[in-house]
Amino acid sequence: MATLQSLDVVERSATTVPTPQARDGVPKLAKLIDVAKCIGCKACQVACSQWNDLSEEVGQNVGVYDNPADLSANTWTLMRFAEQQRADGGLEWLIRKDGCMHCEDPGCLKACPAPGAIVKYANGIVDFISENCIGCGYCIKGCPFDVPRLSERDNKAYKCSLCSDRVAVGLEPACVKTCPTSAIKFGTKDDMLEYGEKRVTQLKERGFQNAGVYDPQGVGGTHVMYVLQHADKPENYVGLPAEPQIASMVGFWKGLSKPWAAALLGLSVLGAFLHYVTHGPNEVDEDHKNGEEV
Amino acid sequence: MTNHWVDIKNADVVLVMGGNAAECHPCGFKWVTEAIEHRNAKLVVVDPRFTRSAAVADYYAPIRVGTDIAFLGGVINYMLTNDKIHHEYVRNFTNATYLVREDFAFDDGIFSGYDADKRSYDRSTWNYQFGSDGYVMVDETMTDPRCVYQLLKGHFSRYTPEVVSGITGTPKEQFLKVAEMIASTATADRVMTILYALGWTQHSTGSQNIRTMAMIQLLLGNIGRAGGGVNALRGHANVQGITDMNLLTASLPGYMRLANDAEQDFQGFLDKRSPKPLRPGQISYWKNFPKFWNSLMKAWYGSVATPENSFCYEWMPKLDKGYDVLHMFERMYQGQMNGFFCQGFNPLAAVSNAKKVGLGLAKLKYLVVIDPLATETSEFWRNAGPYNNVDPKSIQTEVFRLPSSCFAEETGSFTNSGRVANWHLAAGAPPGEAKTDSDIMAGLHMALRRLYEKEGGVLAEAVTSVYWPYGDPTKPSPEELAKEFSGYVVRDVTDAADPTKVLLKGGQQVSGFGQLRDDGSTACGNWLYAGHWSPEGNLMARRDVSDPSGLGYYPNWGVAWPANRRILYNRASADTNGKPWDSSRTGILWNGSRWTGPDVPDMAPTAAPENGVGPFIMQPEGVGRLFALSGMADGPFPEHYEPFESPLAANPLHPDNPAARNSPAARVFKGDMEQFGKADEFPYAATTYRLTEHHHFWTKHSHANAVVQPEQFIEIGEDLAQEKGIANGDMVKVRSNRGEVTAKAVVTKRMRKLTVEGKPVHHVGIPIHWGFTGVARNGYLANALTPFVGDASAQTPEFKAFLVDLERV
Repeated sequence: MATLQSLDVVERSATTVPTPQARDGVPKLAKLIDVAKCIGCKACQVACSQWNDLSEEVGQNVGVYDNPADLSANTWTLMRFAEQQRADGGLEWLIRKDGCMHCEDPGCLKACPAPGAIVKYANGIVDFISENCIGCGYCIKGCPFDVPRLSERDNKAYKCSLCSDRVAVGLEPACVKTCPTSAIKFGTKDDMLEYGEKRVTQLKERGFQNAGVYDPQGVGGTHVMYVLQHADKPENYVGLPAEPQIASMVGFWKGLSKPWAAALLGLSVLGAFLHYVTHGPNEVDEDHKNGEEV
Repeated sequence: MTNHWVDIKNADVVLVMGGNAAECHPCGFKWVTEAIEHRNAKLVVVDPRFTRSAAVADYYAPIRVGTDIAFLGGVINYMLTNDKIHHEYVRNFTNATYLVREDFAFDDGIFSGYDADKRSYDRSTWNYQFGSDGYVMVDETMTDPRCVYQLLKGHFSRYTPEVVSGITGTPKEQFLKVAEMIASTATADRVMTILYALGWTQHSTGSQNIRTMAMIQLLLGNIGRAGGGVNALRGHANVQGITDMNLLTASLPGYMRLANDAEQDFQGFLDKRSPKPLRPGQISYWKNFPKFWNSLMKAWYGSVATPENSFCYEWMPKLDKGYDVLHMFERMYQGQMNGFFCQGFNPLAAVSNAKKVGLGLAKLKYLVVIDPLATETSEFWRNAGPYNNVDPKSIQTEVFRLPSSCFAEETGSFTNSGRVANWHLAAGAPPGEAKTDSDIMAGLHMALRRLYEKEGGVLAEAVTSVYWPYGDPTKPSPEELAKEFSGYVVRDVTDAADPTKVLLKGGQQVSGFGQLRDDGSTACGNWLYAGHWSPEGNLMARRDVSDPSGLGYYPNWGVAWPANRRILYNRASADTNGKPWDSSRTGILWNGSRWTGPDVPDMAPTAAPENGVGPFIMQPEGVGRLFALSGMADGPFPEHYEPFESPLAANPLHPDNPAARNSPAARVFKGDMEQFGKADEFPYAATTYRLTEHHHFWTKHSHANAVVQPEQFIEIGEDLAQEKGIANGDMVKVRSNRGEVTAKAVVTKRMRKLTVEGKPVHHVGIPIHWGFTGVARNGYLANALTPFVGDASAQTPEFKAFLVDLERV
């Protein structure tokens, strides 16, 4: 959903043309999801579907409160519920709002072979430009959080845009706007980190010794962060990876091998050209021609 | 709510019990998160299930369904034995010092005055001792064995932690932890709020559940204070409004109790509702009842209502028996009703024992359903397979469906749980032929009126004389209706001392109930709302967000009843000298000559503290009642009784008295007693409840809601699932003695086995939202399972505690 201006694009998939550099000082933005304040009401899910005009099918109950059961092309955010038995016999019901983390170093963008199908804006939002999407699904492989989903209807990949259209005109994302307990906050990344640390201090005072802000550095930090009661065990929050990283193949392809591959490709072309100059075009002799015609 | 939504942020301890604020009131719950973040408040949740409220709580304790009085009675005992009460408050602001009649008694679970045949009490012994001056006798030392304090102490001394744990299944140390957190607010500098809802009301002991909590809050000195109170969270944006206006069958707008058959004499009727003070110098504000009543009659009958005809008292219905919802459907089931108007109500889904309700509806000649949606009730005759297995051919009831607008398509007022009325504008026009409820009612009235005018009939003039001054008689505007319930001056009111001096000009709006008169010179459709549309205009439409005190009163945001008072009983926020208990949370204070402060004083403005006018001005004593003289049908003190369907064969407090197993004063209709299931056949304790994703039975018609919670399910704990061989996501059949539900099983750690009287008790949780209309997947009506018995005082059905069996299918 291209709603910020092209001037805001700082990274573009499968493109070697330099991105515009005219704009300076665009503040990095972030959404902070305070799991300790979240009551799992799913208002954010509904707000997301309504703002983005996404209509999911009425599904089934599969023995849990998570509905729809998974992210999809029409479900860009989802509450995931985890029951955790505490060592003292008590129970915790950890409820995490799942969706795109908007990585500073986005694996999806790196993996994407379609020019301009994934962009990163100066404010940190990673957006899918759906008209350019070729439906290869590489972004899914490239995502360390297993977020993008392919649509069966149009074979394009979809995910949370952080409401880039709202943000572009100075509004907060729809989920932030609707959250009744202010468990989702939005602002500059610096402000969110500062507020997050304040909440962490409070949680530690209330007995959560391992509280912390989830802003994984393996992907360069994220523009969607969590305040976790147990930052030492992110995996307790239904599959939140402890140390997310861009898949090694994607890293290899885009990081190390791509220039070499490009060089190799260039060398082959050069070789072919030299062959033409030195030996002329390969000619097919008459016998072969005749043979083919038999 | 005695307090209001925003005020929750002022609490030090937030108790959520008998409700599930985070799931059922997520928007209001923001004030709990504010209290936690900004006041370091502690959130305590007591519930049979580990709910989404518990998920963000500091402390959670499980409890068996239907045992809240045992738990709370245990808290009272803990507070009294550990001296954790607010002494100055209790001595001065409650009836702890009052002496009770010598013949009041409590014997093995039964209070004095019980008539077993009628299942009701003669409450005459539940009274004070009176001195020769006509006032109640008191003992300031609270040592007299007949004083309320000593009786209270004796009554609850049986509720030891061991007994409480045995009944409730709450592990003893967890009970004690909660008791300790509650009791920590007995000091003047700490306050607790309690948020409850249908988890307390929907029991055969519902009113007493709430009353026990009110007693705790009185003992802690938390009533009337910012961050305190007893707070009912209402289920819909305007449920408070409809209750204030006329929801209850035994009262008229503003909680004015309707006359009963014996009250044919108008003056006697008024006198009984305007009690004289029971202690010297008290206000006894209900003494103004005749002003409110006569003004109501003027609003309804205009110039026809005069002092000479007792303001049309003759035309007012006099109750011969109950007309509550259970009574209504009992009568329908008995074939004693011809027609039924069903407005904004889906009884087939919402009333207990759906089968009985359906059979009742089938005996009607006609049914009129006024609703924006195609409800189950409007299609009770339709065979929906297992979800509504009826034979349409055998049902002759004629059903009329009158499509109404929904709230967003109407202009008018909303009154929220905190009694704050807000004016709102229609966001769009209702679709198709849908009309607003007021247009439908006005159309019906005009049609009936014409028929009565033409054909006459029994008491025709009670209908043909109704004052109907609206510009378009078939379409009273919201503004016209609001001005009517807010009240106006009928004719000039002059000063008694100087008749030439006009105090109130005829035709103007009144500015408050203080201006209402009993002589017919004022009219007011609801005294509590008097002045909401004042001479200054529509106060409900005010949108001023200034909050000078920072305590969240927002005095010019909308308007609260009564008199824009945001916290009821706020006189009790200050000590006997009028100094706030906690100056950081001032409600009102005495400045030497009058009461002032951020809130509107709940006290005569110039009543000096030394005069000892009590803070509870609606009571003839002026103090809060730890011992209830009236109002409660089942006892002046709360007592634990088992739900009518309980896993226990006897009440552990009264093992040898079968009459005290269940509430002795709860009404049971003939035939329903036999329908109560027994634990040998139905071994599991069940409860019904709501989920965040849905609102009652409406939102299953909304696609977005259906997506986030699509299909009916029940919840069971892991140990019960293992015992019954049920895996997560299996289909299970849940049966009670009245019906069954087949649904998906959610197997969860959040429901756990409790040990009750030494034996294991499992719970089965049953969300209510599904049915056979709407866009969510069809499901069974949860109320196929629930029993047809109500609270002894309020008759609210016992949806929250019953017995089931279940098996995998």
